[in-house]
Amino acid sequence: MVVSCEEVWAEISNYLDGEIEPSFRAAMEEHLRGCNHCSAVLDGTRNVIQLYGDERMLEVPLGFSHRLQRRLGENTQGTRRTFFGWMVAAAAAVLVVGGFEVGKSAGINSEMRSEHAQTANGIPPELNVIVSETGKVFHVAGCTFIHDKNRLRTIPASEAMRKGYVPCVRCLGQYLS
Amino acid sequence: MPGEASLLENPDQVNEANLIGRIRDGENELFYELIRPYERRVYAAAFAILRNEADADDVAQEAVLKALKHIRQFRGEAKFSTWLIQITVNEARMRRRKDHSNLIEPIVDRQEEDGSYTPRDFADWREIPSESLERKEVRQMLAEALAQLGQIYREVFVLRDMQHLSIEDTANALGISTASVKTRLLRARLMLRDLLAPGLGGAWSGRASFAKGSKPW
Repeated sequence: MVVSCEEVWAEISNYLDGEIEPSFRAAMEEHLRGCNHCSAVLDGTRNVIQLYGDERMLEVPLGFSHRLQRRLGENTQGTRRTFFGWMVAAAAAVLVVGGFEVGKSAGINSEMRSEHAQTANGIPPELNVIVSETGKVFHVAGCTFIHDKNRLRTIPASEAMRKGYVPCVRCLGQYLS
Repeated sequence: MPGEASLLENPDQVNEANLIGRIRDGENELFYELIRPYERRVYAAAFAILRNEADADDVAQEAVLKALKHIRQFRGEAKFSTWLIQITVNEARMRRRKDHSNLIEPIVDRQEEDGSYTPRDFADWREIPSESLERKEVRQMLAEALAQLGQIYREVFVLRDMQHLSIEDTANALGISTASVKTRLLRARLMLRDLLAPGLGGAWSGRASFAKGSKPW
C-alpha cells in the first residue's frame, strides 16, 4: 500500500494514539522513512503532545483549593457540623501549623528545585514518597503525574523536601497553600 | 501498561464508590475528599473554555457546588470524573454564552472542521525540550498558542492531551462523538505544531537568552 503525504497528515494523530490498522501503520512508516516533511510533522506533533501533557502546564491559581474547600464548607455547614466536628477541625489546624513549624526547623523548603514551588504545609515527614532522579516533584505512589518511570526511588517526605523536591499538586495538593 | 494502571485504579474506584454512597446518605462534608483528585481537571476544563483565570476559578467552584447539589442524580453509568467534567463544561459554556460579547474569537480555526488540514511549516523540530518547561516564559508561550485555537479544538485538546482523558471519556464529557474528538484532536495538534515549530516559533530566536542557537532548548 502506498500512502500520500495528505493521507499521512490525516492520520498522524491517530497514529500517535495507536488508533490505526496495523497495515496502514506499516504503510505510513514506510512513507515516513522517505519523506522529511512528514517526519518533521510527526516529530513536531509528538513534541506538542509531550510538552502540553506535562503536569507543569496545568497550573491552577494560587489558593484555588482553599477557596473551593471554604465554599464547600459553607455549603455543607449545618448538615453534620457538631461541636465535636469543630474540635476536630481546630485540632487539624493546630497540626497543620505544627507541621509547618517542624518543616521550617528541619530546613525544609530551603532550596526548591522548581521555580513554581508552593509552600507545603504539614506533609508528614515520614510519609513515603516517590521521586525521580531527574524530576523536581515528589508524589504519592500511584499518582498519574509520575514521569520518567524507570528511575524512581521511594524516600521519606522529609528527605525529599530537604533535597529540594516539591510536592506534586495533583496527589499532594491538600498540603499546598 | 494498561494492566498495571487498572490494578492501581481499582482500590481508588472502590473508595470513590464508598464515598459517593456516604455523601448520598448525608455526609456532605466528605465531598471535598471525593473531588480532590479532580479539582485541577475541573479548573483546566473551565479555563479551556473561558480563557480567563478569574472566570475559570469561579466557574470551577460553581461546578463543584452544583455536583454536590446533584450528587443523587449521579447514577454511576459514567465515571464520576467524567460526570464532574460534564457539569463543568456545561457551566463554562453557559458563562461563555452570557459573556460572549466580551470575547474575541481566535483567528486560527479558519478552515472547516471536516476539511483536511495542510501543515504550513515543515521545519524540523526533533528535540524534546521538556526541561524548557521550567521557564515561565516558555509555559506562557505554550499557553498563548493554545489560546489561539478555536474553542472546539481547545476543549478537546485540553481534556485529551493535557488531562489525559481517553477518547471516549473526552467525547462523553463534551457531548460529542468519538469521531469528532479524533478529527478535532488532529486539527488542534497540527495547528499547535504550526504555531510552535520550529522550536517555539521564530520570535524566540532573536531573544538574548536563546542567542546561542535558533531554538530555545
